[in-house]
Amino acid sequence: MNRVDGKLKVTGAARFTAGFKPQNGAYGVILQSTIAHGRIARMDVGKAESSDGVLAVLTHRNAPKLPGVEERISMLQNSNVEYNNQPIGVVLAESHEQAVHAASLVKVRYDFLPSKLDFQSGFVRGYPGSHIGEPGDLAFGNVEDGLRQAEVRIDQVYRTPIMHHNPMEPHATIAEWDGDRLTIHDTTQNISGHKEKLATIFGIPAENVRVVSLFLGGGFGCKGEVWSHTVIAAMAARYVRRPVKLVLDRPQMFGPVGARAQTFQHLTLGAKPDGKLMAIRHEVLAHTSYVEDYLESSAFPTRVMYACPNVSTTHRLVQLNLGTPTYARAPGVATGTYAIEVAMDELAYAIHMDPVALRQANYAEVDAHSKLPFTGKHLDACYSQGAERFGWSKRNPEPGSMREERSGLRIGWGMATETCPANSGPASALVRMQPDGRVLVPAGSMTTAVQSNARFHGHNASAGEIIEATAAIEPDESLKRKASAHSFGAVFAEVTVDPELGMVKVRRIVAVFDVGGVLNEQTARSQFIGGIVCGISLALLENTLVDARTGRFANGNLSEYHVPVNADIGEIDVSALNIPDTTFNSIGVRDIGEIGITGTAAAISNAVFHATGIRVRDLPITLDKLQAHPGSNN
Amino acid sequence: MFPFEYERPTQQDKVIDSLSRSHRTKILAGGTNLVDLMKNGVEQPERLVDINRLDLTGIVQLGDGRVRLGALAHNSDTANHPLIREHYPLLSQAILSGASPQLRNMATNGGNLLQRTRCYYFTDPGFPQCNKRLPGSGCGALEGFNRIHAILGSSRQCVATHPSDMCVALAALDASVRVQNSKGIRTIEFSKFHRLPGDTPSVDTNLEPDELILSIDLPPSPFASHSHYLNIRDRASYAFALVSVAAALEMDGEKIQSARIALGGVAHKPWRATEVENELVGRRAARSAFESAARLAVRDARPLNHNMFKVELVPHAIVRALSLAGGVA
Amino acid sequence: MNDQRLEFNRRDCVKTAGPITGAAVISVPPLIDARDAPPSRVSMNILINGKPCSFTVDPRMTLLDLLRERIGLTGTKKGCDHGQCGACTVLVNGRRINSCLSLALTNDGETITTIEGLAVGDQLHPLQTAFIECDGLQCGYCTPGQICSAAGLLREAAQERTELTDDEIREQMSGNICRCGAYPGIVEAIHKVYRQSRGSDDSAAGRG
Repeated sequence: MNRVDGKLKVTGAARFTAGFKPQNGAYGVILQSTIAHGRIARMDVGKAESSDGVLAVLTHRNAPKLPGVEERISMLQNSNVEYNNQPIGVVLAESHEQAVHAASLVKVRYDFLPSKLDFQSGFVRGYPGSHIGEPGDLAFGNVEDGLRQAEVRIDQVYRTPIMHHNPMEPHATIAEWDGDRLTIHDTTQNISGHKEKLATIFGIPAENVRVVSLFLGGGFGCKGEVWSHTVIAAMAARYVRRPVKLVLDRPQMFGPVGARAQTFQHLTLGAKPDGKLMAIRHEVLAHTSYVEDYLESSAFPTRVMYACPNVSTTHRLVQLNLGTPTYARAPGVATGTYAIEVAMDELAYAIHMDPVALRQANYAEVDAHSKLPFTGKHLDACYSQGAERFGWSKRNPEPGSMREERSGLRIGWGMATETCPANSGPASALVRMQPDGRVLVPAGSMTTAVQSNARFHGHNASAGEIIEATAAIEPDESLKRKASAHSFGAVFAEVTVDPELGMVKVRRIVAVFDVGGVLNEQTARSQFIGGIVCGISLALLENTLVDARTGRFANGNLSEYHVPVNADIGEIDVSALNIPDTTFNSIGVRDIGEIGITGTAAAISNAVFHATGIRVRDLPITLDKLQAHPGSNN
Repeated sequence: MFPFEYERPTQQDKVIDSLSRSHRTKILAGGTNLVDLMKNGVEQPERLVDINRLDLTGIVQLGDGRVRLGALAHNSDTANHPLIREHYPLLSQAILSGASPQLRNMATNGGNLLQRTRCYYFTDPGFPQCNKRLPGSGCGALEGFNRIHAILGSSRQCVATHPSDMCVALAALDASVRVQNSKGIRTIEFSKFHRLPGDTPSVDTNLEPDELILSIDLPPSPFASHSHYLNIRDRASYAFALVSVAAALEMDGEKIQSARIALGGVAHKPWRATEVENELVGRRAARSAFESAARLAVRDARPLNHNMFKVELVPHAIVRALSLAGGVA
Repeated sequence: MNDQRLEFNRRDCVKTAGPITGAAVISVPPLIDARDAPPSRVSMNILINGKPCSFTVDPRMTLLDLLRERIGLTGTKKGCDHGQCGACTVLVNGRRINSCLSLALTNDGETITTIEGLAVGDQLHPLQTAFIECDGLQCGYCTPGQICSAAGLLREAAQERTELTDDEIREQMSGNICRCGAYPGIVEAIHKVYRQSRGSDDSAAGRG
């Protein structure tokens, strides 16, 4: 079944937020700070205000006071600067070109305050964090005892950088007031959340707020929250009494709309020589901003992944003068599975055990923490089918042993477990059957809306009748006390490494998933592949460079912030077991958008080790990191 | 962007005239670098002279065997031109490894020469220190992120690199640049076209403010059958070179009669590794010869905090490029 | 070389005042404060999807913004506005370019084809059909740029008589970033149309 919106997208007819043009609209361009911490001492806006076509310049000095102010984002309510690139004003003009130019004429003077930008030196100030109500510190069994019983130990630190989601579509807001009623076109993944939040901020009833988001050009987590520019656009529209269209420039997206936090993960594995895990200690440090706590919960999957009786997980937040991190594809899980799956590979090598066999030896039949059964788990089939499809049995485990004769390239084969918690929440849908037979299903998340075959019962109707039905479902809360819901997979990667130059290519990925039933094979496939491409990116490419003196991103653009291009991606073979999980819900389906990224970066890292004998423990694995070891190029 | 005057003359003389009248005048050809920098606020011309109507797009072979590349020929057309493919495959390969197909369709040969560095501290005026953009303000990269910066020929004022792939091949091929000013036409040897930063990093080239590039001329080349452009980057495509090598060999049987090696990604201008070239003359084309010669290229290297790896990478890259050029395993 | 003279000519730039850690003016200082105003609008003629149009434009307006904001052809997308992602790819005289780096008025007299101009009435362009069938898209934002770029690629391959292997397609489409990761489907779609245009029924040939 092809995408129902495929034709709209290939013809350019699908209307994304910035494609709308309000009647009598003005264009807004955000002003942003160029220091990391301090106060705005002075803003010279005179030249901007008198520039051609400019309607107004809004800053903290003249912005209206808002009833529902939140410190977490910048609403121009004070002169505080908490991170470089923080929104500090907006210029409104008749045309985009005039607004952009006027913005460049604004001069800002700051009173500097000392800024905290170094992650590592901030560790001593780390404090506990939590993620969606789950505590960051959780332990069961006794890790010290477990480590004493273990005869083999892996004790390493794994690091992942700050990553920016960089969806192809920049954030955009079109705000229009009609008295006390606000209509917002916004690039949001969370229409209902936006509605509530904006109502609170502007002190108006929620029914007065209408949020429109017909098509979204990617979000990956950075379009879930209400960010500064949305509030500023709405505020500006009310101020100039005209609709305002505000689209962020790509460099403007680095800082004020969230990022995946960097992590420092200290993992200790204790095992017996037969591979049985006796203890896992996973300590995570991640950064957050000074205006809001957000935790990248990397050690959460460690609590359930393997049958280990003694597990300790801790998370500490380090405040830095950077923008607040936010949800990113597989929050916590993407970075945490990277660390633990590399650690597992290191353990496999330490005890001369096949990496797949090691996973199987520690297979968790029940949730190790809660001791509850899983709602549905067929990970063993993922391992065996994945290994079969990949040809894993032909692997010579000796690092550097597999080579391509003609080119001299080293070949590396690595694997990892993939896992993601299965989420559920209240949902509602409206279905309208038209007389012409078409079925319309408006929904909160566009990806879900177009994926599902409607599963509705027949209804005998008279000719010409429009049938409308609504349904609302609350998840079974008691399920959480009866079973543990996760999705699983096994991912296998083949890389080539140039032994002299260090370039890594991912030639082939094979992944088999257990995500419950699959509603639409085509779109499920695309989500698996999309996640895997993100995993390749995490392993080899993405890195945010924070200038230590100014807190400014050196690579805040798509030229220097590297995401994969077409030539970076080789063969990707994905399949799903398609075994419905009717314990989880009545249609037996679990979410699939995120699992592809989990484990993939580890599989690639492990493959690079297999090819070279070099274990890189901080991402991305760039060629210079493979060069750092003398004698490694033999 | 600041408002600007826009003119589109059809005569070269008119262009020279406009350039002479004000140094705040910039030539607009493909625009792939200029428009980008105007959006960033790095370039703020008062006047744009759109030269796309000038008749400078030809790629022709001259009577003496040289090939003349019109300054306004697009990079893609140049790379794909039969004359270039046949006589200067090194140039073709270099051009096609750079940027993206769309950018290659827009960019011109003259513009490619004049493109400015991609150093983060230069392209983003939000960074306070950049001697190239604001003389006297300091160099942000020295104590900042300098992984993509120079290891050869830099100064304490500036450690930026020249980002062009095409220019590395032109350097290897001993091209020359033909330019016109109010007094007439002159030729600049390619090695003298781009400058080292020294104390005046804000000046990238030795082109005078009132000069228009007419063509890039290539001498007859004995290198067509043994050349290779190697581009080493952080991703498979659409990225600037970390290190690149244009290698070309003139062979006499198995012996190297002459060699050309130019390096990209290591200096403020394409870097001719002349000591390596000289060392190879008369040697048999073999890995051992390449390896011992290649080390000479980095003898005077002055790496920075984050680009030490280039000192190791450059000799490996030279060996690889020479091996591929020479058809040697 | 008279470096001094060159230096003099470029001397009129404003230095930032003060060290980094003190109170300082840190924003983009204009190189010159006041200028005589150049004309704010220039007229131009252009052929867009077969339709001749005339406009007066702000010289600073890009072809991309002309299409999207003035004409309402919003199929072409702004992804980065700096030629770094390819979402703005259109065809100018049949050649693929990044419209975000092309000033509108430099296209005076040119022929532009956007995504909206590829279909003929209700009949989709073969690439559009193939992108749907091979699922070469997810969110759809980069899709118009991908398809216009692919159209340009097929024309280039025909003109240069080059053989398009899958690896060559990947390389030649690397100027179009897809963050959703739909690359495998994109390559499959282009491969399919390429094979069809070459009249080959062996779809396995050319995979590389």
